[in-house]
Amino acid sequence: MKKTLLFINPSVFKSLLLLGSLFFLQVSCSDDDNDPVAVDEEEVITTMNVTLTATGAATITLQSQDLDGDGPNAPVIDISGNLAANTTYSGAIELLNETESPAEDITAEVAQEDDEHQFFFTTSGAVTAVTYSDQDGDGNPLGLSFELTTGDAGSGSLQITLRHEPKKPNDGTLTDAGGETDIAQSFSLTVE
Amino acid sequence: MKLLFVILVAFLFGNFISAQDCDAILLGEVVDFHDNTPLENATINVTAKDLSTTSDKSGKFNFQNLCDGVLELEISHPDCKSKFVTVTIAGDTYQKIRIEHHLEELDEVKVVGDVRKNTNSSQEEKLSQAELEKFSGNSLGDALKQITGVSSLNTGANIVKPVIQGLNGSRVLILNNGVRMQDMEWGEEHAPNVDINSNQDISVIKGAGALEYGGDAIGGVIVLKPLPIVRTDSLFGKTQLNLFSNGRGGNATTSLVKSFNSGMYIKAQGSYKLLGDLEAPDYLLSNTGIREKGVSINIGKRDFVQGWEGYYSFFDADIGILRASHIGNIDDLITSINSQQPDIINDFSYDIERPNQEVTHHLAKLNYYRRFTGFGKLNVQYDFQSNRRFEYDIRVGDDANKASLDLKLTTHTFSSTVQLDSKEGLEVKIGVLGRFQTNFANPATGVRRLIPDYDKYDFGAFAIGEYEIGADVTLDAGVRYDFSRVDAKKFYRTSRWEERGYDVEFADLVRDDLGTQLLVNPVFDYHNISAMAGLQYDLQNDQLLRFNYALAQRAPNPSELFSDGLHHSAARIELGDLRIQSETSSKISASYELNSERWGFTFAPYLNLINDFILLEPDGVEFTIRGAFPVWSYRQTNAQLVGIDFSVYSNWTSQIRSDHQFSWVRGTDTTIDIPLINIPAASTRNSISYTNSDWNDFSISLESQFVFEQGRFPDNITVFSPQQQQEIALDINTPPPSYHLLSLDISNKLTLFKDNDLSVGLRATNLLNTNYRDYLNRQRYFVDDLGRNISLRILYNY
Repeated sequence: MKKTLLFINPSVFKSLLLLGSLFFLQVSCSDDDNDPVAVDEEEVITTMNVTLTATGAATITLQSQDLDGDGPNAPVIDISGNLAANTTYSGAIELLNETESPAEDITAEVAQEDDEHQFFFTTSGAVTAVTYSDQDGDGNPLGLSFELTTGDAGSGSLQITLRHEPKKPNDGTLTDAGGETDIAQSFSLTVE
Repeated sequence: MKLLFVILVAFLFGNFISAQDCDAILLGEVVDFHDNTPLENATINVTAKDLSTTSDKSGKFNFQNLCDGVLELEISHPDCKSKFVTVTIAGDTYQKIRIEHHLEELDEVKVVGDVRKNTNSSQEEKLSQAELEKFSGNSLGDALKQITGVSSLNTGANIVKPVIQGLNGSRVLILNNGVRMQDMEWGEEHAPNVDINSNQDISVIKGAGALEYGGDAIGGVIVLKPLPIVRTDSLFGKTQLNLFSNGRGGNATTSLVKSFNSGMYIKAQGSYKLLGDLEAPDYLLSNTGIREKGVSINIGKRDFVQGWEGYYSFFDADIGILRASHIGNIDDLITSINSQQPDIINDFSYDIERPNQEVTHHLAKLNYYRRFTGFGKLNVQYDFQSNRRFEYDIRVGDDANKASLDLKLTTHTFSSTVQLDSKEGLEVKIGVLGRFQTNFANPATGVRRLIPDYDKYDFGAFAIGEYEIGADVTLDAGVRYDFSRVDAKKFYRTSRWEERGYDVEFADLVRDDLGTQLLVNPVFDYHNISAMAGLQYDLQNDQLLRFNYALAQRAPNPSELFSDGLHHSAARIELGDLRIQSETSSKISASYELNSERWGFTFAPYLNLINDFILLEPDGVEFTIRGAFPVWSYRQTNAQLVGIDFSVYSNWTSQIRSDHQFSWVRGTDTTIDIPLINIPAASTRNSISYTNSDWNDFSISLESQFVFEQGRFPDNITVFSPQQQQEIALDINTPPPSYHLLSLDISNKLTLFKDNDLSVGLRATNLLNTNYRDYLNRQRYFVDDLGRNISLRILYNY
């Protein structure tokens, strides 16, 4: 004889469990073959083209192209030639997203949102200095166009960093500027 | 209703029949419910009559000169709870009465100091209630570090992953009230999604000895159970408030239990925690606040014969990640490691900014058990879990408020066990489990998925047994089989697919070619066997010897298989490997224990040999147009972990006690003979306490913790720094120096309404405000660890 009344009838309980397992089965079966959608990262910059022109010297282009983003392939660097010594070049930067066809020009976007962007230039060796030739709406440097000066013949380097939403104005250093790095690329150059 | 009817009948008959001849004999037999063994010395009373007797050696008793009709008997036994039985007397009557002899199984009686363990021969330790009260405002991982051999892998102070004898992550199972947590334990910055205050009976089983809970617990199992509920009509609860100086916040937790004589109970519990930016001794740790909510409810009925429980718990945490730990590329990492100072320190704030993570976990369980006479106990359970994780990174423009990672993991588990305990001295448990899990990686993040969409199917079956040989030796052994199938749909960059050589080995997995990306559909099956055997030998004079061997296999987790891409918050590229197979651990552990009034110790050495051990370590850099990033890759190797956990306590007087713990583990990659990464350094913890029960349980204790410098670590890597235009050595593996911390704890009990119902404690950790960094804190590259924290706790029982 049962000692107490059960709070819940075992058969009711068992059917609840059965229901639970049916649910379980149902869920495992409802898994259809729908494939997930691919994520195409937006506003990706794959390519940076830097054109350096000077009167009396050949035009030099520097390119960094990284078609697979954070994939295993390193950016492909292409430098068209050597820079002339003791020359001042006018520089212009073009940014592209080549994952799309035709390639999307990101330069215009940076120019439009100029208060949210800034290029930083670090030079060494025979590349002696870079100065900004353009400004954003607030009169702070932007860097889509710049002037690069070379010294005596030798080797040198130019590092170009693009920061998104840096502190503006800043003291010209990356540390002070903060923000997110969209591009950080250095070029080893020869000045002759 | 039925009972009432019986009483009514008994009453009527009692009066009616009394006029008749009364010469019937009741012959009874009292036996144990489980195994039908006779119970001697049971007292049998006939209610409402002045008749009483006791059972003899064979469990038999009799009453003479009874009248026909219905009697109610009350049977009581020194080891049992009283039982009422109604008997219909019709002439000479025989009645067998089964009573429950194994009282502890009802979880009704909690003997203070009773350490009923989950396993027989494994190394196992439990957190005391006093320790839990001290850590009520901390994380589970912090509290567990009180146990010898348990350390933690931290991402700051709020993300604390338990490490058991050198192993963490998927090798440590967390059992939350009988449910195995499925909360994305695979990531180094994923802490257990449990509120330490929800289930307060917390123990750690070191190693894979507890096969019942899973075959892949190469590290161990953390068992969280509710405290036993007393089967009487009662209403009680407790509320605890903790206030912290460091973080300028605290938490509150409260629980209320209503229980009934019938075995019904309902328990509700809730916690809320709020901390702002934490502080190192010299500076503020910007964006290290936390907001955490936990709610749980248990409702059920426990009876000896059968019972059920419904359980629901909800956990929600929003955790800030140190702002200074967000780095752009390898040059930022080089700068941070070299400068040893955070580059961003803002004013104190309670706000949680980017980067941060938001996790929620729902867990629901339904459980039913029934005992069958002379057979055993059947237990069936269904549980559901839903885990959602958002990781927010510092993003700009239109994406500023979009998560960088958004995963939803849903798990259904159905399990059943049968416990056969009808034979004295032998207990056998067999069980089966089926699980379905689905992971959804939301593409709306606009970031390529680090972990793909997948479905996972698990099936497991086990049998374990415990056998007593004589009074002193208990043997236990078990075997378990687990099948798991993971069916993933993942996008790979074509360049990555080729770089890994998958295009050769896994070409048939490709489902769709999108040009720069491939959609692949890996379906992998794993068959894992685990087994254990051990013995517990009860030596004389409070001494105990345990010996255990455990073989365990663990299938790779989704992170180990599929990780692929830039982990933005850590600024590192993490790469899994589709070729990774299950790892197999063979662990021998022993412990020699003495537990006496005066003093005691536990000496527990172990050796864990793991074939195809899966590990994640830095192995180079990859260059992108955004700069260079360190690459962390998973690889498999053979590993050996050897270690000792040693603890001693001594009660010098009835009021002064000292505790000493030492743990050491050495991990080696035996294939290439180098030290394993992320193995905790040796540490020792020593404390002395004074308690006076005459002064309202006043207690003061001073604790010292010394962590040695980890001298064994893999070589650092050399990376090319674009900024410096040269190869430089990156001290990414070099451990920080040793450190020593002191803490002080004072507590006292007070009487508000009932005796000692209020207890108050004051605690100071890192008392001397020492600057230190810990090897197993992923933020050690950027900042010092926590400075002094003074906390006040108030616990009220009602």
